[in-house]
Amino acid sequence: MNNMLGKKRFVACFVLPALILFISFSMIPLFISGAYSLFQYDGMGEMKFIGLVNYIRLFAEDRHFVKAVLNSFLLVGASLLIQLPISLFLAMVLARGVKGEKFFRTVYFLPVVISSMVIGQLWMKMFNSEYGLLNHLIRALGASDFSYSWLSNPKTAFLSTLIPAVWQYIGYHMLIFYAGIKSISQDYYEAAQIDGASKWQVNTKITLPLLAPVIKTCVIFSITGSLRAFDLIYVMTGGGPNHASEVPATLMYNNLFRRGLYGYGSAQAFFIVVECLLFTFIVSKLFKKAEENASAI
Amino acid sequence: MKMKKKIKFLLLCLIALTQLFPLYWLFTFSLKSNGEIFGDNPIGLPQVWRWENYGNAFTQTNLIRYFLNSVFYSMATVAVAGILSAMAAYAIARMKWKLKSLVFGIFALGIMIPAQAALLPLFQVLDKTGLKGGYFGLLIPYIAGALPMSIMILIGFYKSIPIEIEEAACIDGCGIFRCFATIILPIIKPAIATASIFTFLGTWNELMLANTFVDSDRYRTLPVGIMSFAGQYSTDWGLIGAGMVIATLPTIVIYFILSNQIQDSLVAGAVKG
Repeated sequence: MNNMLGKKRFVACFVLPALILFISFSMIPLFISGAYSLFQYDGMGEMKFIGLVNYIRLFAEDRHFVKAVLNSFLLVGASLLIQLPISLFLAMVLARGVKGEKFFRTVYFLPVVISSMVIGQLWMKMFNSEYGLLNHLIRALGASDFSYSWLSNPKTAFLSTLIPAVWQYIGYHMLIFYAGIKSISQDYYEAAQIDGASKWQVNTKITLPLLAPVIKTCVIFSITGSLRAFDLIYVMTGGGPNHASEVPATLMYNNLFRRGLYGYGSAQAFFIVVECLLFTFIVSKLFKKAEENASAI
Repeated sequence: MKMKKKIKFLLLCLIALTQLFPLYWLFTFSLKSNGEIFGDNPIGLPQVWRWENYGNAFTQTNLIRYFLNSVFYSMATVAVAGILSAMAAYAIARMKWKLKSLVFGIFALGIMIPAQAALLPLFQVLDKTGLKGGYFGLLIPYIAGALPMSIMILIGFYKSIPIEIEEAACIDGCGIFRCFATIILPIIKPAIATASIFTFLGTWNELMLANTFVDSDRYRTLPVGIMSFAGQYSTDWGLIGAGMVIATLPTIVIYFILSNQIQDSLVAGAVKG
């Protein structure tokens, strides 16, 4: 038995194809990106080692990048403070069993399976100044010649991409929360009922504490997903107008593939990686205590 | 108490409406003429159901080509990534070897790493090897990118299979490859289906790589194709809408068929992971 599951030749046969493919086409490019970020490099000319200068320039000289980082933090904030609470609320109501539980679950998840390109195009049309649904509604409410252009005004452009971003993934987190609640043993709830606990007590003393590991997962997905956001913003505004709705990934894309700034763009790419890992680490630390409590119950 | 329940139910319906309404709107304007969309009927059901918008989308653009390309990329990625990750996850979850936690760590890290971070070096490698622009130029990164998530989902399932199964097979003199193919694979079929759904959705909807690595119409995928003709025919909303519905339909159909599977797998995958 040990022989069969421990022979090196067999292990290699099973694991190497996937590992080699993944390392050569995901990990090595990632490290090359990291290396490029330390050079001044335009793809053709000489590569000049400049250490951390690219990273210093990101914050010292590039106000578009600072704005882009702030925008991505706004997206993180909206996901954590609007999207996740809605998802959690829906999951808690649905998991307790209501009429049409399955219907709601399916409907909420529906936008998740649709391509961001379609979602982006669709919401561009919703926000269209002349024929968009939003302005139709505002006109119907009385402002009869209202034709504000949501996406081409710097004040509202980013806000308008934020709405579909939050909207699309409500169902995703709802389903993870829902699954988490469903896997909590019924015994706790029966015991609580016998003890005469109120619904509020059941929610705050049983469901939420036991859900801590799941909440952690959702918080991490939510933060890293927001920090790396690209598709929706690229489709809807391309970062414009005048860089008002830029996020780090759209700036990076432009620098790499439009302006040929390979070194500088790679620094932006690598900054996103570091951010994602850092936030994952911080969130895991913050949840450590809550998770210990959850497993102690 | 009754009142509170009613308010909650109303809230559920309201949120369901906001999730569904944009999709309803997309479907209805894909069947309208510009006269209706821009004029007297922007929100209601079409007065005349113009199915010819769909006909036009197929005949005036390269939509069929994009559609078939997307089907090919998705199916090939699902098949290859499925086999490779089933094998790798088996080695990580069941076999005994020294570097297993390191390899597990590498794939786990892969889930956290944003794809765009590898974009430029990948672009250069594919360009140098002549793969960029063809089917393989997109297929290889797609397969590599699908592996971590797929492997994580499968590991969870493998761990739930009792070890006695392999022991019995071993006593019967069954070799490891035969044992894997004839005993293990059939057991984890539901898990492979689950991983395949995620791989399929990710590949079918992928935009950034497809937009960057493919420059000829021949190899273009649906999302990029529709994005380009949305610019070209920007005033013909009916046509664009039809294209968008066609790009969305397969994912929704697959979701409806497999929604229970997706929901069960999230319990198994995300919660335990």
